[in-house]
Amino acid sequence: MNFIALSYWDIGLASLLLVFNAGLSWRLRLGLEKRLVVAGTRMVVQLTLVGLVLKALFAVTSPLFTGFAAVVMVLFAGREAMARQERRFEGFWSYGIGTGSMMAAGTIVTVFALTTQIHADPWYDPRFTIPILGMILGNTMNGVSLGLDRLVSGAHQQRPAIEAQLMLGAEAPEAMRGIIRDAMRAALIPTINSMSATGLVALPGMMTGQILAGVEPVEAVKYQILIMFLIGGGTGLGSFAAVLSGARRLTDSRHRLRLDRLTPKTDS
Amino acid sequence: MLKIRHLTRPGLEPVDLELAEGQCTALSGPSGAGKSILMRAIADLDPNEGEVSLNGRSRESIPAPSWRRQVVYVPAEAGWWADRVGGHFPDPDIAAPLMMRLGLSAEALEWEVARLSTGEKQRLALTRALLASPQVLLLDEPTSGLDPDAAAKVETMLHERLADGAAIMLVTHDTKQAQRMASKHLRMEAGALTPLPGPGDVQGAG
Repeated sequence: MNFIALSYWDIGLASLLLVFNAGLSWRLRLGLEKRLVVAGTRMVVQLTLVGLVLKALFAVTSPLFTGFAAVVMVLFAGREAMARQERRFEGFWSYGIGTGSMMAAGTIVTVFALTTQIHADPWYDPRFTIPILGMILGNTMNGVSLGLDRLVSGAHQQRPAIEAQLMLGAEAPEAMRGIIRDAMRAALIPTINSMSATGLVALPGMMTGQILAGVEPVEAVKYQILIMFLIGGGTGLGSFAAVLSGARRLTDSRHRLRLDRLTPKTDS
Repeated sequence: MLKIRHLTRPGLEPVDLELAEGQCTALSGPSGAGKSILMRAIADLDPNEGEVSLNGRSRESIPAPSWRRQVVYVPAEAGWWADRVGGHFPDPDIAAPLMMRLGLSAEALEWEVARLSTGEKQRLALTRALLASPQVLLLDEPTSGLDPDAAAKVETMLHERLADGAAIMLVTHDTKQAQRMASKHLRMEAGALTPLPGPGDVQGAG
């Protein structure tokens, strides 16, 4: 492998581009210079910390620490998915539905990949577990938040249509079928689009990273294809679980539409 | 037939009421008084407390979908879940004769819901509800958007259902219609239900 390590000097040099942008913003009075600098600094600090955490995790290869890191990642993803909702479920459910679905989908798909395709040794080796889970979670989080958002807004907008069916004796799953379908479509379309466009419009980050690190392009492509399948699977599973749990929470055992279980719209 | 004991939910004072077989009960009262809340509670569309039973069988012992097929609520503005009218009628051959009796053409099944007038929507919503032959009809201003001729057709149809033994609760602001249709008159104000002594008082109360 012909991997070229970067010096801090190299990174500092690249940061001049951001400094140049900030200067441009100041000169043109865009008012973005402060935000650019803050975001850039956050990025450096967060990634440095992650680097240190990963270094420590890789050094011990402990199932306990790896599992703990994975749980923390899922919890953060759950919070992010919740923050993106305009209307949320009341109480614990706003966090629980998204987080639970991502936890289930992320675990199933990551363990499946590690035990059957990647053959890591041990299978929970954090060098594989954490990056793969991260990629699956990042995409599953998008799917889950888009799906839940569409489900909840659909229930609001289509309340008369849903209740008209209930009034005539339809069961709740039947009356909710239309908005469940819309929500699943909203959740999965970004993944479908990115699969269709990948390689033509942009080279995926992971593949590019492997190529930069000296991996043969064909080998890097094989990894990328594997990851795309994992992402597709994770997003589908997670969104399906979240949308179905959400639809269940929006109705009750007496087949009523329970919009009272949602908080009012938040202005974002 | 339909017995209601202490039915309550936010916005509704405890209601005790009985709807008898073949009897139409008229319900009047200002907008926002809780008439729709009461009807939705009877149909079990919102969480509510109290005892409701149909022919001696308690509501809890009947699955909600089958309860709502027997005790059907038709709101003032009905919802539509398909683009075309026909999508709301699983069996057009049964729906068409009923629609024609309410003054609608059978071709209406091909129409787009978005192009329907208020009156057409009301009659189609009523047709949809009558097809299941419910025992109790909870009707929220079923003729408010209709011309007198069409309203008369609806009333005739409802009279037939009463003769067949159905019970009807009818929200109407039309005191004459209340007199023509109902033998029992109730008034709802600020979530509380009060009986009106006789048809003669309905005009004064309306």
